[in-house]
Amino acid sequence: MADYLPHTKEDVDSMLSFLGMASLEDLFAQIPHALRLASGLDLDSGLSEPDVAAIFADYSRANVATATKMTCFAGGGAYDHEVPAVVRALASRSEFVTAYTPYQPEVAQGVLQAVFEYQTLVSRLSGLPIANASLYDAATALVEALNMAHGATSRQKMVISSGVHPHWRQVARTFARGTGHQIVEVPLRDGVTDWGSVDAADAAAVVVAYPNYLGVLEDLRAAKALATERDALFVVGADPVAAGVLKTAGQWGADIFVGEGQAFGTPLSFGGPYLGLFACTEAQVRRLPGRIVGETVDSGDRRAFVTTLRAREQDIRREKATSNVCTNQTLMAVTAAVQLGWLGTQGLREVATRCAQGAHYLYGQLLAIDGVDPVSAAPFFREFAVRLAKPAEEVIEDMAGRGVLAGLSAGSLAGGADPSVESGINHILLVAVTERRTKDEIDHYVSAMKTALAS
Amino acid sequence: MTVFARPGGRAAAAPLMGHETEPTLFEMSVPGRSAFQLRTTGVPATPLESLVPTEHLNPDVVAVAEVSERDLVAHFTRLSHRQFSVDLGMYPLGSCTMKYNPKFCDAVAGDPGLAAVHPGAPAALSQGWLEIMVTLEEKLCAITGMKAATLQPAAGAAGELTGLLLMRAFHDANGENRRRVLIPDSAHGTNPASVTLGGYEVTTVASNGRGLVDLDALKAALDGDVAGIMLTNPNTVGLFEEEIAEIASAVHDVGGLLYYDGANLNANLGAVRPGDMGFDIVHMNLHKTFATPHGGGGPGAGPVAVAEHMVSFLPGPRATRVEDGRYVWVTPPRSIGRVHGWQGNALVLARALAYIDVHGGDGLTRVAQHAVLNANWLRWRLRGLLPAAYDRLCMHECVLTATPLKEKYGVRALDVAKALLDEGFHAPTVYFPLIVEEALMFEPTETESVQTLEALAAALERIAERAAVDPDSLHRAPQSTPVSRLDEARAARHLIATADAER
Repeated sequence: MADYLPHTKEDVDSMLSFLGMASLEDLFAQIPHALRLASGLDLDSGLSEPDVAAIFADYSRANVATATKMTCFAGGGAYDHEVPAVVRALASRSEFVTAYTPYQPEVAQGVLQAVFEYQTLVSRLSGLPIANASLYDAATALVEALNMAHGATSRQKMVISSGVHPHWRQVARTFARGTGHQIVEVPLRDGVTDWGSVDAADAAAVVVAYPNYLGVLEDLRAAKALATERDALFVVGADPVAAGVLKTAGQWGADIFVGEGQAFGTPLSFGGPYLGLFACTEAQVRRLPGRIVGETVDSGDRRAFVTTLRAREQDIRREKATSNVCTNQTLMAVTAAVQLGWLGTQGLREVATRCAQGAHYLYGQLLAIDGVDPVSAAPFFREFAVRLAKPAEEVIEDMAGRGVLAGLSAGSLAGGADPSVESGINHILLVAVTERRTKDEIDHYVSAMKTALAS
Repeated sequence: MTVFARPGGRAAAAPLMGHETEPTLFEMSVPGRSAFQLRTTGVPATPLESLVPTEHLNPDVVAVAEVSERDLVAHFTRLSHRQFSVDLGMYPLGSCTMKYNPKFCDAVAGDPGLAAVHPGAPAALSQGWLEIMVTLEEKLCAITGMKAATLQPAAGAAGELTGLLLMRAFHDANGENRRRVLIPDSAHGTNPASVTLGGYEVTTVASNGRGLVDLDALKAALDGDVAGIMLTNPNTVGLFEEEIAEIASAVHDVGGLLYYDGANLNANLGAVRPGDMGFDIVHMNLHKTFATPHGGGGPGAGPVAVAEHMVSFLPGPRATRVEDGRYVWVTPPRSIGRVHGWQGNALVLARALAYIDVHGGDGLTRVAQHAVLNANWLRWRLRGLLPAAYDRLCMHECVLTATPLKEKYGVRALDVAKALLDEGFHAPTVYFPLIVEEALMFEPTETESVQTLEALAAALERIAERAAVDPDSLHRAPQSTPVSRLDEARAARHLIATADAER
């Protein structure tokens, strides 16, 4: 029987006697007897740590698709990047891990300054002046962007390119049930958003992904022009790693940037906890969701950091708050600051460049295979889509047997037919290459694909 | 003056918890310095310009920071020394449940067999993860007395909004358009904020003189336009809503649903279940009740469990066990859809399951008992110093008031909180709940010893003595911390949110 409680039997007895009570049961006297759980919880008895470790070792063994057992070419917003020992060591310091939200800034300067540095980095990568202290993930960051656009325009129509990750769009649709937003998804044609095909009148937001989920780098001028013409906010969901070398969301004219920050120091983690990146223009700062850290001074005129513009937040503004976010993903934000500090200016460019080089090398090899066809002629960056002669799920399963996680099935992500692909979405495979993939691994991928398609 | 070195590149010389300001990463930066090391790949190093059309490339270099690995370590280690944490000392922040976070649970989550799994991997290749999710869901349902759960919501507030969308879907399916959700005036701010995002209007229900929902006020507010009520039980003043059964039948009688805010579920473990109280929808804060570390403000996890009549609306996909013992993803037939980009904060979920397994049903029951014991011991120990807002048995936390100190010496709850920082303790939650004047909300948690509680009480006694003889010194507290009280108005008046902002 293991636990982490300090009280001895003598402690409990003397504490109860201090309270004039005979048993621990007396402490629960205010709960009506009829509601009490008479027979205790229907759970097994407690186990020791080593016993629980053995159970988890079984779970661990049953997971085949780990980046340590298989070579990972899957992306879709979750990437197998290098996370060095130094980043793991710093990000797992218990002062960061076991702190609460910095409500008492005098004893929370560590987290507050690290988040301030994170905000600075997100601002630079997005090309926008204001970044918040993090949101749950990219999908929920998009929802907050839509809410901000509604706040800014009082309109309900959200015009979203179907190049935006299918899961992000699904999440946007879910939350629109409450806000009443009208989600209009714009189809892609040959991998590029066909803005002319929808009515964007009265749009609150025009949303585009850069690159889009099929990997394509769209020319964002068309989307920006549409947003400007309709007086809507321009929302760009961008890959923050690509932002190391590509034009930033701000340079494309975005009012709001959202992105997935997992790539900065957070392991694949089966999808969470990840890091929702959010940045915007000065004009929107009063509508910002969640926390933001600002610089000020203490009573001794020393530089210090504090959460600020608090009057927007739920604990003060209640039903009129800009968002309901309270707990966010601070530890992932701190981790991102550490990882970016480790990469530095040159390292971030190097990672982005190597991802692009690996992806283009693999793409060239794959297209030479019979049964692999391009999905789009448009340029891509570190991720691309190919159309296979067989269903993508079958190919993924086959290649898994050869030690390769070949990518993601577009059909699985979208859950069936989707405006992003004209037809045959189940044959489309999304492939991502990171700086960790070697030429040998890529060459092995190509031969495994040949075998899978030939079998 | 001779310049021997360029600027930057140096962390503060501050010793432990020192007062010297730490430079930012950007101030430490020295052009040309670096820390990164990457794999040798052998991939052809084609120039980027020939891979990507020029119109997509940024003509400018995005500056990050340029530091050595040694400086990076010095910087973040020094920052960590300017940060209070549970591992460092008692953190009696009411409502936040800052109990000890077992290292074992972190180690479990760090196993590459869990941490290195891609979220889009086929179910057949991630069976261990699906089994973890199914197992956790079953155990959370056993603890709460509910039928099924979604593990997707990433935090408590995300769980609240998910729950409200489930409420909406339920009424929609019955062809009903109800517009209002009831919330007690003692509720957390996330409740009303979530209600608005759920497309409902908030109706606030007053508390009575005993700190509980006023049943008459509640009944007066109930009609066919009420979609449901959100309740925290024990509530935010640390008291059990004794009339919960009456509340439940009154709300159900008008066709409304009961939403349980699980912020304080830790007090009820093994004693009483939300399902048995009549709740239809329950969210849990795994980062509170099940001790997953708060990370300086996240990540958390906010699973939502529901009663049988709501199961078909749950977000999908959900991990599900099928007959041959395999696990597959299934989306419920009338699902409200996804509420997270993937499957939720999976590594937080794994930690919570490990915590539940180590404790078992017996251990979790003891967790609640000792949490309630500690809160009542502290309340009773402090009774002559800081009176309880509602002077009777409390659950896992006690709300005290600094009103006597304010009236006698002009010392406010904020001053007491700041002075506690000088005494080496984290402050309690202050000025919440809103219905208590000069509120000091203490949640000692079950993992603090009676010696630590006594040390906290002694520190509060010293603060009260200072209030009598030198109240001004309390207005200036804290003084021994890395920084003293901040000019918060200045931060808001002139926002400097990045190192690049105009000063």
